Amino acid sequence: MKHLGYTFEKLKIASFDFTCCEGCQLQLANRESTLTDFLELLDIRNFRELSSEQHDDYDIALIEGSISRQDEIERLQAIRRQAKTLVAFGTCACFGGVNSMKKKFPLKESIAEVYPGMPVQTMLVKKICEVVKVDFSIPGCPVNKEEVERIMVCLATGSHVTLPKHPVCVECKAQLNTCMFELGEICLGPITRAGCNAVCTTGKTSCLGCRGPSEEINMPAFVKLVKDRELSLDELQEKIAFYNAFDGFNSHET
Amino acid sequence: MIYKVMAKSEFKRFTDALLRDNTSFGPRQVDSDSRGNAVYQFLPVTSSDDVAYDYTSTASSAKHFFLPFREELSRFVFRDQEWDQQITYEANPIVLIGLRPCDISALNILDDVLLNGHFPSPYYLAKRKNTFVIGMDHLPLADCFCKSMNHHTISTGFNVFCSDIGEDYYVSINSSKAFNFLKEFNTRDPRDDDNCRLVERRKIISDSFLSEVDVTALPSILDIEFDSPVWEKWGNKCLNCGTCAMVCPTCYCYSVEESFETNLKSAVRHKRLYSCNLVDFAEVAGGHNFRPKNGDRLKYRYYHQHRGFAENANQQICVGCNRCGRACLAGINPKDVINDLRMEKESCLTNISSSPGRI
Repeated sequence: MKHLGYTFEKLKIASFDFTCCEGCQLQLANRESTLTDFLELLDIRNFRELSSEQHDDYDIALIEGSISRQDEIERLQAIRRQAKTLVAFGTCACFGGVNSMKKKFPLKESIAEVYPGMPVQTMLVKKICEVVKVDFSIPGCPVNKEEVERIMVCLATGSHVTLPKHPVCVECKAQLNTCMFELGEICLGPITRAGCNAVCTTGKTSCLGCRGPSEEINMPAFVKLVKDRELSLDELQEKIAFYNAFDGFNSHET
Repeated sequence: MIYKVMAKSEFKRFTDALLRDNTSFGPRQVDSDSRGNAVYQFLPVTSSDDVAYDYTSTASSAKHFFLPFREELSRFVFRDQEWDQQITYEANPIVLIGLRPCDISALNILDDVLLNGHFPSPYYLAKRKNTFVIGMDHLPLADCFCKSMNHHTISTGFNVFCSDIGEDYYVSINSSKAFNFLKEFNTRDPRDDDNCRLVERRKIISDSFLSEVDVTALPSILDIEFDSPVWEKWGNKCLNCGTCAMVCPTCYCYSVEESFETNLKSAVRHKRLYSCNLVDFAEVAGGHNFRPKNGDRLKYRYYHQHRGFAENANQQICVGCNRCGRACLAGINPKDVINDLRMEKESCLTNISSSPGRI
């Protein structure tokens, strides 16, 4: 590809799934209007949802899912050794995701409940950055394909990869949505990183924070807001814990 | 200005014709909040029946019809070593019905900044000139403070403005386009009793304000109080969510983004409405943030709103609609912040002043 005198190399990319639903990877094959242009940017070396060919000479590795078994750790470390750029792809990879709910119960109990009578090797869920170095993250449950495209274009053109730093409210207001708090619900929009175009609240569903905290969130003010409106702090805690994305922000402080 | 009186039934015929034949927007109820209050927004309308004439206030202002939340400024198409830039200022004509005096005042303020300043915006101009504005008066909500800002009445900035005088509207006609439209409908010249009803209506509106903000000498107080602890106090409450600026009828600050299309054959420059309360509003290349603290960011929003910037000759741009105060989840609102600032200043009045006393 040659434009404006610059030659762009196709991105030698691979996509791998760990403990997840593979929904984020499937998003890569979504958004048909630009799909052929998008695939034109990529030299897919290993991606089982799109191609049966498998090669090990990739530069960029998209990692979907969290880590919940010893063999996943070894596989991930091997990918890290090969990849020049390793991307935590989707909420499970970035934060642990829904899988993290396992940490609320004794491991034995979880196994007995989900796989009764079967020997299952499992451990508490780790996010990708707890196992290997992550070069950057693309959060979302699932990821927003438009954002993925934008980031792949940045990689192809060698420009700076960024995510919005502000919360979802900005995008929600642009959709003229009625604030979920005004409807009597707890919504994590004010503390969650934008970039999803407020898709959940536009569908009248409260934000559960799949994209993780926006930068410099004001947790004490957010907790105060929930208290002042006489909403349930337990429900707040449940929502904040849903994707394990607000680790380190204690919702019961203040 | 030409004044006419029009029966409400006739006004309905007029708006039906107008809304049917044009892309139109007016207040509609979108929700009921958890306290049972109706929530309104400016949304598409195709007939008079769609318009909630008795609405209170829309949650978001009508700003985005003139300054879209996201707007394409130009497109670049690459060829060989060069590119072609494509810019279009075209805007399709629209009708906006039901704007309140404060909403129209806000448009006049935006005109000052975006049309009458040093760098007129052709994007804004195209939309403003192609919008037919029908204003309607209303009784203020308990927290409206537009009277304090002197924006509760309006004499320019609209095509038609309707004052509700009972069975009729007292119609102010402010454009030849509006005058020509209205020729097709039954109107009459105002009689003495109509004028009386108009004066009475204006008095009722003026007397109905429950909220007042003392803005006397506010610009100078803001200058003096630059380092006031009030900013940190209110800043600590701020969620940095930008909601205030999004719903505000006059906040016009924006960011510009340039991005390649996925096919790498072209690129687009977008403008996106932004808020000075957002964490990276004052962040520059290299990562330095000139306003890393909540309180500093909040302060600058109040400075822009209530002290004014050079673009419009240091005029305040707040119209007193209190949309920001209503929408703020943290309970930050101009009335309380400004009163707090005043109290802070007045707390020093117990000191002996060297000013001459009353003789």
